[in-house]
Amino acid sequence: MKIAIASGKGGTGKTTLSVNLSAYLAEDEEIVLSDLDVEEPNSGLFINARMVHEEEKYKMVPEWKEDQCTLCGICQEVCNFHAVIQLGEMIMVFPELCHGCYACSELCPTDALPMIPKKMGMLKHLQNDKLSFIESRLDVGEEQAVPLIKQSQDYIDEHFTDDILRIYDSPPGTSCPVIEATKDADFVILVTEPTPFGLHDLKIAVETMKELKKPFGVVVNRHGIGNDGVLRYCEDKDIPVLAKIPNDRKIAELYSEGKLIYNEVPEVKQELDKIIAYLRTLKQGGVQ
Amino acid sequence: MKIAFTTKGTEWDSMMDPRFGRTEFFLIYDEENDELKPHDNRSSSNDAHGAGPKTAQVLFGLDPKVLITGNGPGGNAASVLKKARIDIYVGAGDMTVKEAWEAYKEGKLKKF
Amino acid sequence: MKEIVVISGKGGTGKTSITASFAFLGGADVIVADCDVDAADMHLLLQPDFARGEDFYSGELAKIHPDNCTQCGKCAEVCRFEAISVIDGMHTVDPLSCEGCGYCARICPTNAIENLSMNVGKWYISSIKTGSLMVHARLGIGADNSGKLVAKVKNEAKRLAEETNKDYIIVDGSPGIGCPVVSSLSGASFVVLVTEPSVSGLHDLKRVYELVKKFNLKAGCIINKSDINEKVTQEIEAFLREENILHIVNLPYDEQFTKAMTNGQTIIESDTNGLKQMIVDSWSKIKLTIN
Ligand code: SF4
Ligand code: SF4
Ligand code: SF4
Ligand code: SF4
Repeated sequence: MKIAIASGKGGTGKTTLSVNLSAYLAEDEEIVLSDLDVEEPNSGLFINARMVHEEEKYKMVPEWKEDQCTLCGICQEVCNFHAVIQLGEMIMVFPELCHGCYACSELCPTDALPMIPKKMGMLKHLQNDKLSFIESRLDVGEEQAVPLIKQSQDYIDEHFTDDILRIYDSPPGTSCPVIEATKDADFVILVTEPTPFGLHDLKIAVETMKELKKPFGVVVNRHGIGNDGVLRYCEDKDIPVLAKIPNDRKIAELYSEGKLIYNEVPEVKQELDKIIAYLRTLKQGGVQ
Repeated sequence: MKIAFTTKGTEWDSMMDPRFGRTEFFLIYDEENDELKPHDNRSSSNDAHGAGPKTAQVLFGLDPKVLITGNGPGGNAASVLKKARIDIYVGAGDMTVKEAWEAYKEGKLKKF
Repeated sequence: MKEIVVISGKGGTGKTSITASFAFLGGADVIVADCDVDAADMHLLLQPDFARGEDFYSGELAKIHPDNCTQCGKCAEVCRFEAISVIDGMHTVDPLSCEGCGYCARICPTNAIENLSMNVGKWYISSIKTGSLMVHARLGIGADNSGKLVAKVKNEAKRLAEETNKDYIIVDGSPGIGCPVVSSLSGASFVVLVTEPSVSGLHDLKRVYELVKKFNLKAGCIINKSDINEKVTQEIEAFLREENILHIVNLPYDEQFTKAMTNGQTIIESDTNGLKQMIVDSWSKIKLTIN
């Protein structure tokens, strides 16, 4: 089963939930946690594990072969992303802008733009007993998160069997990277805060999940601050609220030190138990 | 020699535009015949991140030797300008075009 | 006219509450731009009237016209994004997967594919309760946040500020380190970094400051919730000294942030203790630095 943990915006506790839930589950069973927020992966700061494997990740971009080029200008014309331009007698390629569509390469009449691999980031595979942690990090300046997210998921599919529970810490927001990170998930947990900001962002996240036709539930973080707007909204819309993690300065302090919280704050453990119970009923209900 | 400025208007008294990729205008000053010619770049001002290289390509077509601007171009645009052998001077974002020109002549602007 | 851009790397640092408070203090002298288009929240504090709205188009999306299509399959062959599949015997584009590269349309032998401009969201100009105007936007679901909508919001704010002779534009910047934040920073006179003393806060601050440095911009930093972790706060302060970043203020961990937000207010309107004064002082400090 694949569970994506997402939120309408950053800073709602998505990473906190991902790492604590994964570490807690991993006390009894094998778990794969993957940080798919490849632009700013943070989960790794909370996980103590040993590196088992590291690899460079590549995307395909064109490379100009000067001696074969007739300067016909077709490549510049067909690239919708301004990633290849003609400058006098020169063709310049901007790998960070390239979406890897192959149009310039395949439409070049003289094969002067073969596609070559170019590094876009690093994938790390770490292990701590039953917890496997996969983190991918996009190189600074790279602009397409989607291909790296996809390759990280492929890596997991190749290295772990289907019966192992996978938890994806998704990027925030509602744009393409989020879609990529959640579209294969069997269930999505939306994390939010019980405030007007939280409610507003939750509504957008809910719309996104409806668009993707994904089953989802909500976890309220910092329960006790703000107002009851989020809970009322969930009740109105028949959205299951899986857990309410209390508002506690202690949690903020532990988080600031990069520590796991469920062992220090008993209420958090209880709430994690509720989420786990819910996930089990899903599994029995036939969600693979 | 031709000198390009990133500007918000088309006169010597216009303000400089601190941006490169999304600058509103280029003003091209031709020292030889003391001519000031504007180039309208506003169509790219709403462009995405790829605005830099595209604008650099436009500037290449205008054929200046020197570019005077504010913050300096991003990495991609900078590499185009380097290939095009255009020298870049930065730090003139808060000036008028005239002030920027004088600061350049007096060697007060930083080379990028 | 000066442009002040507030950014924070990741969310949850109180960036929007602080930005809205500055906007409130600046009152009629300030045009506000909400460039956090992926999760725009500032309107919840500044109560815009959504008076003028316009759709925003950017990028392309392929559409196959079945009448002209011979089902030859060439488009699906060249598409690298698995966006074209055969549904009920018809070649069909999945809009969520299509990258808008335009390759399929170029090679379709019967010109059956059209590149539609993609509606990626909507932007607005509103009157707000500070007696000024705000430019804001809403990115569509699954849209590519390439920074174009952010650029649009900023350009409109600039145009308004010039037309109405305002002294300042205050920008609530986008998160992350990608194109949207680059677009938010473009043309800034001063950058305010809002951070919090956590391991991830420091990590994000350093990453996002790399960008600020690349653009040669002057910056100052507000450390929010500074008493949550004294040790990391000190590390951040050391980083600020090292990089010559103006240390604007340390704010305490204070639930007043949330309380004000819950009432739809900025901290300036709702606070009774010292927090308000600290933000008033910060705003004066920023103004002093840039003028
Ligand atoms: S399409 Fe090929 S031959 Fe034509 S300009 Fe580009 S690289 Fe050169
Ligand atoms: S592969 Fe596509 S995106 Fe990349 S440079 Fe060529 S045409 Fe542009
Ligand atoms: S290439 Fe054109 S004609 Fe062929 S299947 Fe695609 S849309 Fe139809
Ligand atoms: S525009 Fe590009 S991504 Fe979209 S369907 Fe056509 S080939 Fe595929």
